[in-house]
Amino acid sequence: MSVLTEKADVSLQYVSLFNESKSKLNGGSSDILNSRRNKAFQDFVKQGIPTRRNENYKYTNLQPAFAFDYQVSFQKPQTEIAGEEIFRCDVPQLDTHHAVLLNGWFGNQNQSKDLPAGIIFESLETAAVKYADLIKNLYGSLADTAADPLVALNTAFAKDGYFLYVPKTVYLEKPLQIISLLKSENGAFSTQRNLVVVDQGAKAQMILCNHTLNLNRYLSNSVTEVFVGENAHFEYFNVQNQHNNSTLLNNVFVKQESNSVVSVHTVSLHGGLIRNNLKVTLNGENGEANLFGLAFPDKKQHTDNFIQVEHAKPHCQSNQLFKYVLNDNSTGAFSGKIHVARDAQKTNAFQRNNNLLLTDTASMQTKPQLIIDADDVKCSHGATVGQIDELALFYLRSRGIEEKMARLMMMNAFAHEVVQEIKVEALRERIDELIEKRLNGDVARCHECNYNCECS
Amino acid sequence: MLSIKNLYVSVEGQEILKGINLEVKPGEIHAIMGPNGSGKSTLANVLAGREEYEVTAGEVIYQGEDLLGKSPEDRAKEGIFLSFQYPVEIPGVPMVNFLKTSVNEHRKHRGEKELTAGEFLKLMREKMDLVDLHPQLTNRSVNEGFSGGEKKKNEIFQMALLEPKLAILDETDSGLDIDALKTVAHGVNALKSPETSTIVVTHYQRLLDYIVPDFVHILYNGKIVKTAGKELALELEEKGYDWIKKDN
Repeated sequence: MSVLTEKADVSLQYVSLFNESKSKLNGGSSDILNSRRNKAFQDFVKQGIPTRRNENYKYTNLQPAFAFDYQVSFQKPQTEIAGEEIFRCDVPQLDTHHAVLLNGWFGNQNQSKDLPAGIIFESLETAAVKYADLIKNLYGSLADTAADPLVALNTAFAKDGYFLYVPKTVYLEKPLQIISLLKSENGAFSTQRNLVVVDQGAKAQMILCNHTLNLNRYLSNSVTEVFVGENAHFEYFNVQNQHNNSTLLNNVFVKQESNSVVSVHTVSLHGGLIRNNLKVTLNGENGEANLFGLAFPDKKQHTDNFIQVEHAKPHCQSNQLFKYVLNDNSTGAFSGKIHVARDAQKTNAFQRNNNLLLTDTASMQTKPQLIIDADDVKCSHGATVGQIDELALFYLRSRGIEEKMARLMMMNAFAHEVVQEIKVEALRERIDELIEKRLNGDVARCHECNYNCECS
Repeated sequence: MLSIKNLYVSVEGQEILKGINLEVKPGEIHAIMGPNGSGKSTLANVLAGREEYEVTAGEVIYQGEDLLGKSPEDRAKEGIFLSFQYPVEIPGVPMVNFLKTSVNEHRKHRGEKELTAGEFLKLMREKMDLVDLHPQLTNRSVNEGFSGGEKKKNEIFQMALLEPKLAILDETDSGLDIDALKTVAHGVNALKSPETSTIVVTHYQRLLDYIVPDFVHILYNGKIVKTAGKELALELEEKGYDWIKKDN
């Protein structure tokens, strides 16, 4: 174990955990999951919990989050995960199919009977047994354990999450809303593993809401692999609303085939440390990927969006628009890499990252990257870090608008460029409202809950 | 209405206004003319409360109260309106929201009920006619994509909505063709009453053909060097500013 001694002690904690928990990890899980664990574990051991020496994690220090002694459970909770009782989503007019996951486990009461015929929506643990043929070649094929230690860690510990399969030409008319909750007496380390297949010509929208239900420390590390078939449409909205003591590590991999359209929206409203790894591979001609992100860190919060867009085939289009409003002593990072493969001619790839610093003590690191191996492409990238335009502020104030309200109007305007891309109207209106609350200094609680969130 | 006494103002350490004295009574129109860099826009901005402008000496009394200690928004609500030389584009802030908020802030200040969306739209339509502003422009963000002329008309449109007691027009004529100039001047005149006052800051005499001043002041090198009636503007038009510069 000479490699290990070079790693910080914090990684060793997870190595022991793996070694001690092998029987629990393998017990009750499909071979599809179990057969990947050892390789994933070796990949994790090689990489360790990323330090800032890892170029991909240069601006995000994960060591303190991993150092904490979390409660971990590799067995599905025996008690019913009664989502409705502990949590009620409070988005008016938002008509969705919904499901609850608790600490990464798929709720037993989640039902897919209302879903259109042929759609499978299941616990991954169950689905990997029941639908092994559907899953075995897909699972782990996008989330490369050798390329990222968090993916390796997730794959080593993966037990459950959700599996969504939308068959050919089936339309999911209402969005599927997945509410991912964290609740534990002593805080928790949660591993969630998800798989989504939107087959040829199918259409689906998913809304994923991340919440913490008390102020204990949480570390959640999720991996979601999404396969979007030819001519399929997939929209994915992630609303991240946790507390200052939580660490949310969210790894999403999308592979899309020809003529497919994919949108991924990530709204990071609140959370101590948020790292979104998003990789989209345009694997067929005429594909379109639209990636949007908004983040509003304040106090000592940190938000990092690490985006990779891989143009593997010609005639595809990708857009990235990420905006941050940073307050107090918060920090943000954005890295957006666009790679255009040698044969991917006629690629259109655009990227923009705009950041608004509200204080002198907030900071932002932004790193656009273009790697182009084709010669007939249109690519652009741009990044700005600035403050509120004082002249515009004076203009609003000179018309009788209070300074605080004028600032709010300008921050909302800044964010709205991204919000307006949300095509589900009820969700868009709700997010507008939440952002306004968030910018106004109120805690943007988007749910009615039976605890008093101080979110200190 | 307004009384400026011995006003000194610096911007980034450089003294721009060097002892301005000016009395404006209700119903009066004052023109402030002068060559580039004489301090005209500084005077307009400092009255509206722009914070980059540092008052180093002197006082400004507006309606019997000290003006300089007040925030820009309070000045606005108490009736001061600055028509900007360069109206600011604010992407993402819709015109209608901006105008409705502004009108309702004024109404709240006066103890009046806020207008509903419907009431506001009605008011807006009435006032738009005055300056011949295309209704579609209110669907845009504040000043975004407006032509130079539309921006200036939009300023006067806002003035019509807010009904100020003291309007300060900072080079409202610059960049306007003759038709737009007439429209803007017509708007300003239509809003004029014996209780309201106007300060017109301009380089050229031509605006004063349409907005006829009671007094013309020449500002040069941070001081008012000459004050007379409207005939002074014509004299300037004829002779240029050189004779002023020579004498001072």
